[in-house]
Amino acid sequence: MPRNQHTTTTRPGTGKFLLLALLLIGALWGCETPNNPYPAKLDDRNIRFTSFSERPKHLDPASAYVANEMDIIAQIYEPPLQYHYLKRPYQLTTLTAEAVPQPVALDQNLNPLPASTPVENIAYSRYRITIKPGIRFQPHPAFARDETGAYRYHQLTAQTLEEIRNLDDFGASDSRELTAADYVHQIKRLAHPGIHSPLYGFMREFIVGLGDLGDTLRASPETPTLGELPGMTLSGVKIIDRYTYEITIHGSYPQFVYWLAMPFFAPVPVEADMFYSQPGLKEKNITLDWHPIGTGPYLLAVNDPNRRMLLKRNPEFRSEPYPDQGEPGDRASGLLEDAGKPMPFVDEVLFTLEKESIPIWNKFLQGYYDISGISSDSFDQVIDFGPAGDITLSQEIRDKGIRLQSTIAPSTVYIGFNMLDPVVGGDNQRARLLRHAIGIVIDQEESIAIFRNGRGIVMQGPLPPGLFGYRDGEAGLNPYLYDWVDGKPRRKSVEEAGHLMSEAGYPEGIDPATGEPLLLYFDTSASGPQAKAYLDWLRKQLRKIGVQLVIRSTDFNRFQDKVRKGKAQMFQWGWNADYPDPENFLFLFYGPNSRALHGGENTNNYQNPEFDALFEQMRNMPNGLQRQALIDQMVGYLQRDLPWASGFHPKDLVLYHGWNYNTKTHSMANNTVKYQRIDPELRLTQRRAWNQPKWWPVVLILGALLASIIPAFLAYRRRQSSPAL
Amino acid sequence: MTRYFIRRLLYAVPILIGVNLITFTLFFVVNTPDDMARMHLGQKYLTEEAIADWKKAHGYHLPLLYAPTEKGSARFSQTIFAQHSLQLFRLDFGRADDGRDISQDIRQRMGPSLAIALPSLLVGLLTNITIALMVAFFRGTYIDYWSVFAAVVLMSISGLFYIIGGQWLFSKLLHLTPISGFDGGLNAFKFLLVPVLVGVISGLGSGVRWYRTLFLEEIGRDYVRTARAKGISEARVMFRHVLRNAMIPILTGVVVVIPVLFMGSLLTESFFAIPGLGSYTIDAINSQDFAIVRAMVFLGSLLYILGLILTDLSYTLVDPRVRLR
Amino acid sequence: MVILVSDLLVWLLALTGVGGIYLVRQRPHLQAPWRQVLSRPTAMSALCIIFCFVTIGLLDSIHLKASPGEKTSSLEALSLLDLALTPLRSRDERTYSKPLAIYSFSKETVERGDQSQRLYPRLVTAGTHLSHDNRHLPDLLTRGSLGALGGLLISLPLYWLARKKSAAATPEEQLTQPAWTALAVTVGSLITLTCLIATLATEYHPLGTDKVGQDVLYQSLKSVRTGLMIGSLTTLVTLPFALILGVTAGFVGGRTDDLIQYIYTTISSIPGVLLIAATVLTLQVYLERAGGEGMGLAQRADLRLLFLCLVLGITGWIGLCRMLRGESLKLRELEYVQVATAFGVSRMAIIRRHILPNLLHIVLISVVLDFSMLVLAEAVLSYVGVGVDPSMYSWGNMINGARLELAREPVVWWSLLAAFLFMFSLVLSVNLFADAVRDAFDPRLRGT
Repeated sequence: MPRNQHTTTTRPGTGKFLLLALLLIGALWGCETPNNPYPAKLDDRNIRFTSFSERPKHLDPASAYVANEMDIIAQIYEPPLQYHYLKRPYQLTTLTAEAVPQPVALDQNLNPLPASTPVENIAYSRYRITIKPGIRFQPHPAFARDETGAYRYHQLTAQTLEEIRNLDDFGASDSRELTAADYVHQIKRLAHPGIHSPLYGFMREFIVGLGDLGDTLRASPETPTLGELPGMTLSGVKIIDRYTYEITIHGSYPQFVYWLAMPFFAPVPVEADMFYSQPGLKEKNITLDWHPIGTGPYLLAVNDPNRRMLLKRNPEFRSEPYPDQGEPGDRASGLLEDAGKPMPFVDEVLFTLEKESIPIWNKFLQGYYDISGISSDSFDQVIDFGPAGDITLSQEIRDKGIRLQSTIAPSTVYIGFNMLDPVVGGDNQRARLLRHAIGIVIDQEESIAIFRNGRGIVMQGPLPPGLFGYRDGEAGLNPYLYDWVDGKPRRKSVEEAGHLMSEAGYPEGIDPATGEPLLLYFDTSASGPQAKAYLDWLRKQLRKIGVQLVIRSTDFNRFQDKVRKGKAQMFQWGWNADYPDPENFLFLFYGPNSRALHGGENTNNYQNPEFDALFEQMRNMPNGLQRQALIDQMVGYLQRDLPWASGFHPKDLVLYHGWNYNTKTHSMANNTVKYQRIDPELRLTQRRAWNQPKWWPVVLILGALLASIIPAFLAYRRRQSSPAL
Repeated sequence: MTRYFIRRLLYAVPILIGVNLITFTLFFVVNTPDDMARMHLGQKYLTEEAIADWKKAHGYHLPLLYAPTEKGSARFSQTIFAQHSLQLFRLDFGRADDGRDISQDIRQRMGPSLAIALPSLLVGLLTNITIALMVAFFRGTYIDYWSVFAAVVLMSISGLFYIIGGQWLFSKLLHLTPISGFDGGLNAFKFLLVPVLVGVISGLGSGVRWYRTLFLEEIGRDYVRTARAKGISEARVMFRHVLRNAMIPILTGVVVVIPVLFMGSLLTESFFAIPGLGSYTIDAINSQDFAIVRAMVFLGSLLYILGLILTDLSYTLVDPRVRLR
Repeated sequence: MVILVSDLLVWLLALTGVGGIYLVRQRPHLQAPWRQVLSRPTAMSALCIIFCFVTIGLLDSIHLKASPGEKTSSLEALSLLDLALTPLRSRDERTYSKPLAIYSFSKETVERGDQSQRLYPRLVTAGTHLSHDNRHLPDLLTRGSLGALGGLLISLPLYWLARKKSAAATPEEQLTQPAWTALAVTVGSLITLTCLIATLATEYHPLGTDKVGQDVLYQSLKSVRTGLMIGSLTTLVTLPFALILGVTAGFVGGRTDDLIQYIYTTISSIPGVLLIAATVLTLQVYLERAGGEGMGLAQRADLRLLFLCLVLGITGWIGLCRMLRGESLKLRELEYVQVATAFGVSRMAIIRRHILPNLLHIVLISVVLDFSMLVLAEAVLSYVGVGVDPSMYSWGNMINGARLELAREPVVWWSLLAAFLFMFSLVLSVNLFADAVRDAFDPRLRGT
């Protein structure tokens, strides 16, 4: 009965389908590396492969602030200043400016004061910035003009709009020279209510007239558009000539100059705002937030935040030479080999959306990403500790030609107390002893070993190493938590913590008010498996002195809310330096910055008039012995009062494949892509060597499947021949 | 029949209003507009003024349901509910809180979602039916018994294990497919292979069991007995009669899920970094972009209702006896 | 004694179960299908394994106040299970260790004199009785074989008893009598396994330790309660909704029917995970606002679990409700119901006497079928971030954590394996049992 053989699977349509499937499998087989996540045509291009984990919310330099946004826009926008790529400690240098501006002290009537004027008498400071001529913006339709010289795309009609789906559909584009007015325009944009610049609230206290401009903009019934900003006055910022502008700030704020290296102060042409603010473009996602216009080495060629972002070389980019100076050792490590050569070296940068850390790591090992950080979980595979505890790469990784660079990030992660809390907070000896006891028993060394695999150093004071004012060794030791033994810090013992508890009136951790173990609350928004392990560990620490730690886990908003209202008791928080100056850390303890009382950045609500007085003095000082003395004194207060129980400064380990050159980790600068060079040929060879497909298991499985069909077929035949039921 | 469908469509309106109300209450109880603003503006140097600006720019400065200060109908139209929820009925999903147009994102991400869901459904259906037919053919034998047992075993494994295992085996161990990611065109094939395979295998247990039951029910009917009595071979009975008649419940079962396929799969997409609607939703939940979540909930309900209507339609197509009134 | 709300509910549920068994034993017509279930060997074995899980869960639901000196691990209160597992619970290592290992899994820097070395440190609490580290393997073997042997010795008489019992039965009895042999084999294997693990667990970590050095076996056992709670308490929430609304819609009809149909179509049209996520978030905010301040960790985790069950219940009653509505629609048309209506018997009475008893098998089948689905759902919800409290032991949390461990090299596989084994055995048993129940109670499918 041959005609019975046909089943649903062998209809003519499915035959074609099978053929197609075979073809596809054949195509896959044909590839040398079937696990290559990129199209084969990219294989030998001078392109850098990297990833982004979350789609950037803003690419507008006035509102971008998060790391993943910075990674992209720092390559596109150019503020007047930048950090020197090679020199350490971090040092500002020029980018588009002719020189790093020096502040001029002014009195009430804006008249210059002699340099020796005491800080209290300085009413204003003025920065004059001159930019280099001949710098040009990337080509963009916003600059395109028609035959009459009028802007071609600034009066879009509904008809033209219909044919526009993305920015490339505008046929013409043009460029123009960068002027001082573009920088001034951007500063005004910070105040605009439609931009939501995170810096506005902070900067309005400094830049003269910025608050007034913001208030005017908000007060007017019809908020003026961004394109109308050039007509409005910002008293503290003036255009002097085509290439020069001045910024006047209240009082003296020597750290202001660091902000000039951040994209908030990058130029934005007014044409961009005029162009993008036309009705109908926003609906097509054509906004400055998604399509930047910069003067930098790269331009954003493809912006598909759902999948990938592609930076391409900006054809209008002037030639910026690779730095010819560095710190000692840079020459030996080959970092100065490209000195004087025009940057950028890499033609394209491809950012691929990658949500999970595991694939990123695995793809890095397979050679599909050029650079990777190390997460705690992939650590053992990568790292060997040398006999002296120094970090080296494991043999397996070194054989792949991977190199390691480690730096201590200018940031601090800490477990803090709310100083307004009646139990753990406050300026009384009882609470202070309790804080010390807690600070002793939270064994941060163990935490770093378990959860960060040693990637961090224990905090002794709030300042991270690498910043001015940081003290190493015995001088920096927190004597309330540590003893200095044999040239090493040693954490005080749990017994000592127990004594402190008894002294504080909690013998064995028993709260005399209730007769039960003292209950403390730890607020956190962390969730997930990693957090659970950590919180378990933390509870274990406090149990050493009989204290019960209750974890109040909640969502991020509720957590923020508690901290803001001063209702939290203990919590974990971190601070990343905005700029490499101790002021940026010590202001976290300045009384008037209290989060609960004044909405500032002092999340611990630490109040200490003596500290505040020292802070006001220290803030305006140049780095030197005198400043160091003040800082030592301030850190001493913090070590005694201990608003931060325990913490660490993270150590960033970055791995580079052998085909990367000119790589040097820089914790402050984001515009580092232009310095780096890759060798695409080496990359291609390595990738091929590392990703040889293994087909035999597939063949095996298919064979097993086929083999299992035979008995079924036999049984079928048997059944067929037996009489039907 | 046209009238029937018009009625069904009209019936969908109150359901969608209900969905809208539920999501609206849920999301605005969880997250006040202030919370949203804080979430999006970050935590450094945040001022009350910035929050007010953000709310105004996104239309969250309005009262929730009723605006007593306005006049006439504006009392209801100048509210968050009217501005942010009712617009969904015009299929205008508005803008995400990060400023991107949601409709455009949905259009972009529909493709990748379908690229996984559709092959998974089709291949899965084919495999399930084939195996189920075989099992039904050997009913009562040890093949049947162990197949059902194997199906239960397959069902008892969490879907997470299939995904984790598949990714680990094919990509990390064998270097056969990229670990994750997506690409358009023919290139998509190598990215989709493992997700689809995982999808098929994880659905195999319950699928086979369900179709086997369907077939057995059909086999027990009188006409099958009659056919057998006429001396038609067992295989012919299976394919000619049983399969054909079982197609009705199979088809209607499938039709109802087709529209929902657009929504994508939350787990598979986020594990394999496929930029579909499933991962879009998960991202939105994680970043608390409730404009997107609301849009996705609405879209999901709409597609579900569409599926129900399509099911009715398919009934009339496969079985002319069914009349819709 | 510390009484958590969920403990109370669990015991209430358990008592209801016992009451149910008693009721069934009173009524021969209910007894028959159950006999059929028990006569199936797979169902019998499955029931036995489920019984084990339930015992663990119940033991874990009696909490005693920890004495202040006691080293409590996750909850302030200790359950009977915690006390029974003290050797596992209290032996914490520093970090990962492989199953049965005596060395740590990862290297650590150890100070030896004045130089530091990077090596695999000796575990603090595993194999401490060994005179020398090279006695490790022999010790494992002796302990293992002793344990297994002891277990076998206990279980062999059981097997022999069962054989005797089933051999004595007549062929007819054999069809309906419980599958004694299967029961004996399962009980025997379980006893042997327990003995084997117990002998090893006193000195080693049979399933290794996790990132912070907690015993994985202990975690898996503690997760049993969470899994069972999600499966059973959710049902407790589902049933009243489904029963009341389903029967009302089907029996009363008209406007009421329309309204109820509208409600469930609306809810079911919202994508499930989204609805659950949103509701869980809402309830958390509520918990936060309703003075979650002074609550201990156990209470918070407990409440969150209850909330999760509540949410799963509220979103999960629709399937059953729809079925019950359809069935009551059919029942309403039956002659004897019509007659009862004509005689003026009150609606409530009809529902109680005629409708409900005829719906019970549907309820029963859907309850057992849903149970396994809910246990699996917990893992997925943990992944999305709306599962049980992260400080609670659950298989979902374990799997979620294991994702990162798989990326390590060498791979840390034991947490995932442990969660997999436990979850798999529970779900498989429940599924097999559910199959038997369905076959026995649903006459439509009988014999297929």
